[in-house]
Amino acid sequence: MSALAPLRLLYFAGLRERLGTAEEAVALPAGIATVGDLMAWQRDRSPAHAAAFAAAARVRCAVNQDFAQAQTPVGAGDEVAFFPPMTGG
Amino acid sequence: MATIRVQPEDFDLSAEVAALTSGRTDVGGIGCFTGTVRDNPGGRSIAALTLEHYPGMTERAMAQIAAEAERRWSLLGCTLIHRVGRLEPGENIVLVVAVSAHRQAALDATAFLIDWLKTRAPFWKKEIFADGGEAWVAARESDADAAARWGGGA
Repeated sequence: MSALAPLRLLYFAGLRERLGTAEEAVALPAGIATVGDLMAWQRDRSPAHAAAFAAAARVRCAVNQDFAQAQTPVGAGDEVAFFPPMTGG
Repeated sequence: MATIRVQPEDFDLSAEVAALTSGRTDVGGIGCFTGTVRDNPGGRSIAALTLEHYPGMTERAMAQIAAEAERRWSLLGCTLIHRVGRLEPGENIVLVVAVSAHRQAALDATAFLIDWLKTRAPFWKKEIFADGGEAWVAARESDADAAARWGGGA
């Protein structure tokens, strides 16, 4: 995948509502190598992002539709989704 | 191979069981669980729930959960159906069917499938209150505990 390919960021449920967006494409920010890095970057984007991502333990993440942890690598072209704990069934 | 569906439409338990068992004579037990929308979930009446999911990943996570059940028990088939969209009290939300030669595998696999489905498949419920207002449902510790009793990490 080209280093220029954007990251596709998806947001679901309460996180989508707090941020007012379901999906965005962003250029891979410099120095971002993992989900943990991306979460820290999100918190610096705006007060709304800071609030939405404040409690990292309550934000779940998936990279390319597989559940991810803070240490999971992310790179250009990846689809990264953020969402609250799941409440199906 | 499990049947996995995410759909706004209702499902028919009898039809889903028949699809798993018709023409077979090796089935000895059929485990079924149907989850329905209950009113007053938190002591406040609701007009409806809305169910959101992550198209693509949700189906993939459900298939992985079904594959885990098939690894743990000798199943002759299983079906997972989860509805999405607006659902009113009394309506069906979710169906799990597991069939096996013997009852214990069918019953245990059914319990496992619904426990993991609640905590490991990307679905989110919002309550639409009868007196106005709405709120996302918070994940419950008891659901996490129910899922954790089957092992397999967080």
